[in-house]
Amino acid sequence: MITLDVNGRAHQIDADPATPLLYVLRDHLKLNGARFGCGLGQCGACTVMADGRAIFSCLTPISVLQGRPIKTVEGLGTIEDPGPMQQAFIEEQAAQCGYCIPGMMMRAQALLERNASPSRAEIRDHMTPNLCRCGTHMRILRAIERAARAMQSGTARGAGGSGR
Amino acid sequence: MKAASAGGLSRRGFLAGAGALVVSFSLLPRLASAREAAAADQALGKVAALPGSLKDAPLLDSWIRIDADGGITVFTGKVELGQGIKTALIQIAAEELVVEPRRINLVTADTSRTPDEGYTAGSQSMQMSGTAILNAAAQVRTLLFGMAATRFDVPAERLAAQDGVIRAADGRSVTYGELVTGEALHVAAQPRSALSDPGTRTVMGRAMQRVDIPPKVTGGASYVHDLRLPGMVHARVVRPPSYGARLATLATANVEKMPGFVKLVRDGSFVAVVARREYEAVSAMRALAHAAVWEEQPSLPAQSDLYAYIQRLPSQDTVISGGTAAPSFGAGTIAANYSRPYQMHAAIGPSCAVGLLQDGILTIWTHSQGVYPLRTAIAEMLRMPADQVRCIHMEGAGCYGHNGADDAAADAALIASALPGQPVRVQWMREDEHAWEPYGSAMVSSVKARVDAGGNVAEWQYDVWSNTHQTRPGPAGYLAPAWHLQMPFTPPPPKEVPQPAGGGDRNAIPLYKFPNARVIHHFIPTMPLRVSALRALGAYMNIFSIESFMDELARAAGVDAVDFRLRYLDDPRAREVIVSAARHFGWSRYQRQQGRGRGFAFARYKNVAAYVATAFEVEVERESGRVRVVRAVAAVDSGEAVNPDGMRNQIEGGILQSLSWSLYEAVTFDHIRITSSDWGSYPILRFQGLPDSVDVYVINRPGQPFLGTGEAAQGPTAAALANAVADATGARIRDLPLTPARVKAAIGI
Amino acid sequence: MAPKHIGIGILAALVLTAPCRVQAGPAIAPIDPPARSSFDPQSLAHGAQLAAIGNCNACHTAPGGKPYAGGRALTTPFGTIYGTNITPDPETGIGRWSEAAFSRAMREGLDRQGRHLYPAFPYDHFTKLSDEDVKSIYAFIMTRDPVRAETPPNALPFPFNIRALIGVWKGLFFERGIWQPDTGQSAEWNRGAYLAEGLGHCGACHTPRNALGAEKKREFFAGGEADGWHAPALNARSPSPVPWTAASLYAYLRTGVDDLHAVPAGSMVPVVHNLAAAPERDVRAIATYVAAVIGLPTPERQSQAQQLLEQTKRGEISVARVDTGTSKAPEDAAPDGAAIYAGACGICHDSGRTTSSGGALQLALSSAVALPTPRNLIYIIQQGILPTEHEPGRFMPGFDGALTSGQLAALVAYIRTDLGKAPAWQDVRAEVEKIMQEKQQ
Repeated sequence: MITLDVNGRAHQIDADPATPLLYVLRDHLKLNGARFGCGLGQCGACTVMADGRAIFSCLTPISVLQGRPIKTVEGLGTIEDPGPMQQAFIEEQAAQCGYCIPGMMMRAQALLERNASPSRAEIRDHMTPNLCRCGTHMRILRAIERAARAMQSGTARGAGGSGR
Repeated sequence: MKAASAGGLSRRGFLAGAGALVVSFSLLPRLASAREAAAADQALGKVAALPGSLKDAPLLDSWIRIDADGGITVFTGKVELGQGIKTALIQIAAEELVVEPRRINLVTADTSRTPDEGYTAGSQSMQMSGTAILNAAAQVRTLLFGMAATRFDVPAERLAAQDGVIRAADGRSVTYGELVTGEALHVAAQPRSALSDPGTRTVMGRAMQRVDIPPKVTGGASYVHDLRLPGMVHARVVRPPSYGARLATLATANVEKMPGFVKLVRDGSFVAVVARREYEAVSAMRALAHAAVWEEQPSLPAQSDLYAYIQRLPSQDTVISGGTAAPSFGAGTIAANYSRPYQMHAAIGPSCAVGLLQDGILTIWTHSQGVYPLRTAIAEMLRMPADQVRCIHMEGAGCYGHNGADDAAADAALIASALPGQPVRVQWMREDEHAWEPYGSAMVSSVKARVDAGGNVAEWQYDVWSNTHQTRPGPAGYLAPAWHLQMPFTPPPPKEVPQPAGGGDRNAIPLYKFPNARVIHHFIPTMPLRVSALRALGAYMNIFSIESFMDELARAAGVDAVDFRLRYLDDPRAREVIVSAARHFGWSRYQRQQGRGRGFAFARYKNVAAYVATAFEVEVERESGRVRVVRAVAAVDSGEAVNPDGMRNQIEGGILQSLSWSLYEAVTFDHIRITSSDWGSYPILRFQGLPDSVDVYVINRPGQPFLGTGEAAQGPTAAALANAVADATGARIRDLPLTPARVKAAIGI
Repeated sequence: MAPKHIGIGILAALVLTAPCRVQAGPAIAPIDPPARSSFDPQSLAHGAQLAAIGNCNACHTAPGGKPYAGGRALTTPFGTIYGTNITPDPETGIGRWSEAAFSRAMREGLDRQGRHLYPAFPYDHFTKLSDEDVKSIYAFIMTRDPVRAETPPNALPFPFNIRALIGVWKGLFFERGIWQPDTGQSAEWNRGAYLAEGLGHCGACHTPRNALGAEKKREFFAGGEADGWHAPALNARSPSPVPWTAASLYAYLRTGVDDLHAVPAGSMVPVVHNLAAAPERDVRAIATYVAAVIGLPTPERQSQAQQLLEQTKRGEISVARVDTGTSKAPEDAAPDGAAIYAGACGICHDSGRTTSSGGALQLALSSAVALPTPRNLIYIIQQGILPTEHEPGRFMPGFDGALTSGQLAALVAYIRTDLGKAPAWQDVRAEVEKIMQEKQQ
């Protein structure tokens, strides 16, 4: 049994400690945000946050995550009460198929929690581990900048729910 | 409050016309000509065609249902691929039905519930489904007004509708739900509809936010990958290492003892393992892969010799434009050959499907672009009657054409058939998707033009060599899993896609007005690598070739690239996108800086769909040969823009995706296997490589037919890129992709 | 010895060895930047190949900067030195350097004004170049795009900021002179030796240095350091579990893919990237020479390697199978390296595929695991090994952020002892923390 703190809630997980976090999030906790893109740490569709850092959940076994707070896109807000990052992506319509987007948001969230107003060059550099095949990159950049402004000015609607 | 629109014909009038399909009904002067036209058709004994997909599903309630409580369901045979079609169709229906968009529940392709609209492909969804829903909704509204008019004994044009309620001037009102009873909408559509006035539209043409984005950014279940059914188990297929590999031995004892093991499914060389938990299935698959021994044959050509190899294969040669006599090319002839390698869809989310065999019915949840043809293929593969198979579309990651979706559905079908009563989820691995998806065909083209003394094109010949761009199921033999069964299915000989759509010859016929243009399509049936439809099909390569060559001609004639193209185009819409893109780019006042250059390209997709012109500025790093687009500008005209932002999104996305193809992408292989198996071996565009800006200008033409947008930017992007590189460096590169090595070799030391 | 002590020692040496110091030189008159047409195209082409072997752009290009325009920081035990702008820009580059000035810099370590150059610029190797090669490199360098970029001033504390002291250093350690072939060796060996010792300056990283930063000639190719990475021994003490051969060295240097040893990482990445542009026969020659220096393995070592290869092929190198039946309470236990490996690394490193088919190196064969220091392995796990931007190549993601320092240390220790079957490294945890600290700066 491994205890994981996901979006502020503790979960008892009965799984092989070598199980990558991605499968526990999706299969055990029924969370949809983190997605399988490659399982090789090359595309970032699985990106979540641990200890405030963006990580590939497809390559991080749950055995290393005990006692380390994990945050997924579900922890940024809900559909009724989206958080600033989510609201920014909606306002910018920053998605085509949308499959890569939660991973993008979590990688961006990790940046904004350390650097509240990054330059565009810094954002591009930081986001490089994440792939988008539909070509939504420009909107994603604008959404991240929008989220940064919203988070800075504190005008974001709602605190961004407590997630599941 | 919207004034009463079209209609006033009684329901009886409609029903009377139901058998004949040709009825004139409108009382509005605007449609008098439509009535005359319909009457004329009737006089000629002609049955007027129903608009869009209505021709294949003429009953109104195939498209629109209204519940007693006023809930509105709209059905479409098309599917959401991330192109925003759901939202656009909702906008159309909401506009014509005069309801708030949020009232509409849109159901996408499901073989048990929706019309059969074939594949969501070829950028036809708006033309076919959009048009059908536009007209069906307008006709339903007309019917509703007619029913309300009868009920209130008031002329229809004195009634007004708002958000599902029809009101008379004296305050009486009735909801749609109250009006529609029984089989009220079970009537055939008419050829003409009293469409809303484009000038007064309030929903279509507006930037309505996409309905699917909020759940996608908040962890909502959005894709077939998120489907969780009670008792669902997880499967993984142990894919063969190459197309023709045969399973020689498989030691299964260890796998059966692994945690969560449920079942091993083996049928010939098709091997799958099922487990309780997803990661247990992954682990079991890995163990099984270790324990499998395959027999393989070298069957792939040498990559270094690919284009020569393709041109040596037998081909079916068709002159698709121009006469049988070859033009005489003498003095003043300019010639060039171009090439394009196999390229991948490379969807970010590998394919997935869920299957359930219960009570004799096999249900497959799939992100296939064509659930009806898929159903036929799966039924054939399993030797089942098609009406015992149901295929329901759920979204996948962007597919950009025929990728692994149908094969994953076939996997699910095979495995679920071995586990009746249990839902089975199959997920492809990244290596599976990269190695097994059908690619965009490698292609070679050759262009020859004779220019006269004034630098004008006097003769033009274009030859293109290509495999098919269409091996969608349909036939079970186009499902890859079926190739490895004990009783295998083999792919039937591929067919050409006829003009004007075309396959390898899509956009091979130039739109330009040349005095003499001959175009020959060399269709090559033998497929060394698995190929099928990839966004834009042959248009990507043909437009790359033609637009690169136009640039070469312009340079030789000493004429500006934009002016040169305008010389050969009469179509005002073509001219307008060109002028718009050039203007927004600042083409006429451009100053070239060191290491930078500009390029222009134009095409009308399939010569009948959307018009796109692109202008790029690039930066070329001489030492490394690395190219980056600094600034991309595009203008697009797709007729009436239902969701202009959606169109912009599609063109931006098309530009960036095509830049990725054109700068980095080529499938690699050795004599036996595909070697592009991950994102390391098949790199695509990352944030580092982005332009500084991508600006898309939409020319909206309200009232004009919808033209498909989704694929229109692929070809012009490749050409504008190559033209810009040539402008920056003096080096003309004709082989895709424009890798640093190629660019560096062309530039020299 | 602390740098301060070295500094005092050098001052003393300066005074005492005045007669043995190498003098700074006279200034050479500036010229107008030469036109491209003044160079023979053959020479240009040849120069491009030589610059690839010399790896010039690696030290003379800042990250994200224009090629050859300088600005790259080189950390040394004596402070930070910046690679200079060697584009033919007249003001900020070497546009006003005649061929004589360029040649003198390469052979004697003096700039156009005659001042000593810091031996971070390896003129102790370039001095071996033939006249024709220097001429060709000059032609290539002087035809690059000129870039206006001031080289940042070096950050060297006293007394290392006194250029004149380099004269002492040169007097003690610098041997001028063009390469002389060894008539007892083959033409290919000689070609390889000329390239490796001269332009390739392999020893600059792969030979250990003394306290004054000079290569220890007697410990030639015994292993050194570059940018914090360990540069493995390329002599008889080569630690690789499977001995290197000329063929495997060639594959590694030319393609960056070698199933049995390593994937280029750290400073070797630009080297291998550049060698792809060098003539094939030159890369073969370098491989031949280095293989000769490594020498043939002892029979014992050969049979160990054979056994290892067979075990690897049979898949016997253990994949850590975590006992799934037990309910461990990992919060009480120290991080379990085996479990971490199984969940984070095994996916690629035990997939049964080789590097050339897209899988990852079998770690039992890995050179990085066999080195005297864990630093390289720690860097690789933290940063990954990424292909050149947008080009195909091996792709290993970095685990920075995914593992705590304790977890990373446990993983590294596990890989060393259980997969590498080598004696445990000392102070792995301390090295991990040091490296994690570096990143913060």
